[in-house]
Amino acid sequence: MLATKTTLRACGAVARAQNGVATRAMSTKMSVREALNTALLEEMERDKDVYVMGEEVDKYDGAYKVTKGLGKKFEGRIIDTPITEMGFTGLAVGSAYKGLRPVVEFMTFNFAMQAIDQIINSAAKQLYMTAGTCNVPIVFRGPNGAAAGVGAQHSQCFGAWYGSVPGLKVFMPYSSEDAKGMLKAAIRDPNPVVVLEHELMYGTEFEMSEEAMSSDFTVPFGKAKIEREGTDLTIVTMSRSVKFALEAADELAKDGVKAEVINLRCIRPLDKETIIKSVIKTNRLMTVEEGWPQHGIGSEILSTVFESEAFDYLDAPAIRVTGADVPMAYATNLEKLSLPGTEDIIRTAKRITERKM
Amino acid sequence: MLLANSRGMLAAGRRAAVAANAMQLRSLTTGVSGAADKLTYEFTDKLDLIKPESYESRKAYQVIGEDGKLRQSKEPSLSAELCQKMYENMVRLQVMDHVLYEAQRQGRISFYMQTNGEEGINIGSAAALKHEDVVFAQYREAGVLMWRGFSLQNFADQCFSNADDPGKGRQMPIHYGSVEHNFHTISSPLTTQVPQAAGAAYAFRDAGKDGPVVATYFGEGAASEGDFHAGMNFAATLECPILFLCRNNQYAISTPVQDQFRGDGIVSRAQGYGMASIRVDGNDTIAVYEAVSEARAYARENNRPVLVEMMSYRIGHHSTSDDSTAYRPIEEIESWKETAHPIPRFRKYMEAHNLWDEDKETALRTDVRKAVLQAMTHAEDKPKPDALDNLFADVYTEMPQNLVEQQRELSEQLKKYPAHYAVHH
Repeated sequence: MLATKTTLRACGAVARAQNGVATRAMSTKMSVREALNTALLEEMERDKDVYVMGEEVDKYDGAYKVTKGLGKKFEGRIIDTPITEMGFTGLAVGSAYKGLRPVVEFMTFNFAMQAIDQIINSAAKQLYMTAGTCNVPIVFRGPNGAAAGVGAQHSQCFGAWYGSVPGLKVFMPYSSEDAKGMLKAAIRDPNPVVVLEHELMYGTEFEMSEEAMSSDFTVPFGKAKIEREGTDLTIVTMSRSVKFALEAADELAKDGVKAEVINLRCIRPLDKETIIKSVIKTNRLMTVEEGWPQHGIGSEILSTVFESEAFDYLDAPAIRVTGADVPMAYATNLEKLSLPGTEDIIRTAKRITERKM
Repeated sequence: MLLANSRGMLAAGRRAAVAANAMQLRSLTTGVSGAADKLTYEFTDKLDLIKPESYESRKAYQVIGEDGKLRQSKEPSLSAELCQKMYENMVRLQVMDHVLYEAQRQGRISFYMQTNGEEGINIGSAAALKHEDVVFAQYREAGVLMWRGFSLQNFADQCFSNADDPGKGRQMPIHYGSVEHNFHTISSPLTTQVPQAAGAAYAFRDAGKDGPVVATYFGEGAASEGDFHAGMNFAATLECPILFLCRNNQYAISTPVQDQFRGDGIVSRAQGYGMASIRVDGNDTIAVYEAVSEARAYARENNRPVLVEMMSYRIGHHSTSDDSTAYRPIEEIESWKETAHPIPRFRKYMEAHNLWDEDKETALRTDVRKAVLQAMTHAEDKPKPDALDNLFADVYTEMPQNLVEQQRELSEQLKKYPAHYAVHH
């Protein structure tokens, strides 16, 4: 289940982190898990006020091994907590009030519902309520969305909920580069940041550019990434759904449909400019997300486009592809039917592109 | 909370560990710093189901009896100046509460909460803390802020949310906060401040003997929240210099203590956390002062938490949104007011030591009332916070583009229709 990568690559990453300089001209492969681990390592070296708190993060190396080796390297700064999300989140928030920079790990964001009052009422709103005198430089991170066969209480996507809160910044990484750059940016930011990772992406390896391997590499907030350029259809998506969107784009290209795949990266603040520009170019829009349809991220994208100049450029109604409006079932076949996959994206893309003005 | 697939692995591991340690169960180490932290227990051949009735109730420390007379032979070591300052602040707090409560009744502010009956807790504890000690309060501790120098004008400005409100008009009345006075802004959800305070104290662990402690206040009802357990447990296990100051005023809105818990108040819980504790008569201002002083010294010296339970009675309603005569007899309220109110009790002590008299009392109350009314009228006359400057700022440390645009749109709107948007009072 939890395949850990060879230590060789991890050592290489550490060496580079200590130098602060990329030592090789060619790019490297790194898993999302390693990227997160590297980000934590680099930021903890850079700033002694950064610490990690959560269940199983120290001696167990993290439930998903994201904090592997860090407990030994930074004694006293990777803290195992008793089982109380509300409790340790409150504790971390309080320490952030006094200038420490906590990274709170939730074993999954489903369990963060226990702590959501501290996240929203005591972190997100704090700067505003204290008239700008108390900022909260805290990061909340962990896996979000569905895993494999873990049922309703372990599979919810919280993007729409956190993405709607003023005071929070919300990242949803897809690739290793996303993961590394976002976690580093989140830790350095003086506002509360939610980083919604994805369990099924932890083991996936990606090429890392030389720039991404630098210990100063960060991903900016509010800037989407065009993963694939296209002219016929804009697919806006995030997190693991980017993978399926790219696979669908490959298939569609065989039929002569060139889809532009936009990886949102950051859902708050939202990169409206990139989306609008793309729709003006392609004239057709669809969104893909794992979360539930009602009041979701796709709803926000579509509204943004309708309220903008891009509305006049649409040649077909925009369509959202989302998870099914049901609590997640456990049986493999039911689970598969509840989540958007490549086939669902292709089918919807065809519906949109086959409409003629 | 563990996922289903991890649970199997860990349970197997635990079974193995238990088997290996079967012969060592009598002495489990709970800490790493010495014999005092070991959990040791003996065996007995006597089966004894200890019933709750046999748990002994903790005595409350008291210096001055309800008749104002000293209970012990030794005089308390408070100077005349300190006693006078404490008494004056208690009266100022009481008068401010009264006037602002009435202001709400008259529709001039939207909401208010009094400290009626708990002035001794407020001022007694505040006087025992140092200015640099960080306070995480609940909502009935305005006296702590007053002691530290937050002015009557500051209080009134916040309640009227005018342009001088230190909180920029963002919060309901009584949700005070001040960086300058080391008083953390009041947050409405109950008890969230308790684990936060433990976290803040964690940051002060290395501050040394002259360093600050953290003091967090909460009511006996708020201590039922899960956050209380987490904060207490963390403070004990992480060894933080923090004072948990519980105001047991016997009511949580309409919930009386017998429906809130079945244990011996809140102080009895300290033993469960391996924490130092003291119970004190909250209506005896000097006892509160001495108890909190002692607790603070212990906490700072040992980098350990202390729970102080201050026993009192909430004479006023929960807030202006409550009428407590709906759930408690007026006779009960009157009885506590007559026999145990901290202000007349402290006054009797002061008079017995020739530090106070009727003339001083009249002069103080007249001056204070005048000052409060002045501050209030002044606060009411001031304009509201400037919308353009204050509505959009502080959502993030740097204003995001969408808010910059909205601010600009509002600015244009205000210029276009000034009469429609003239909101000053």
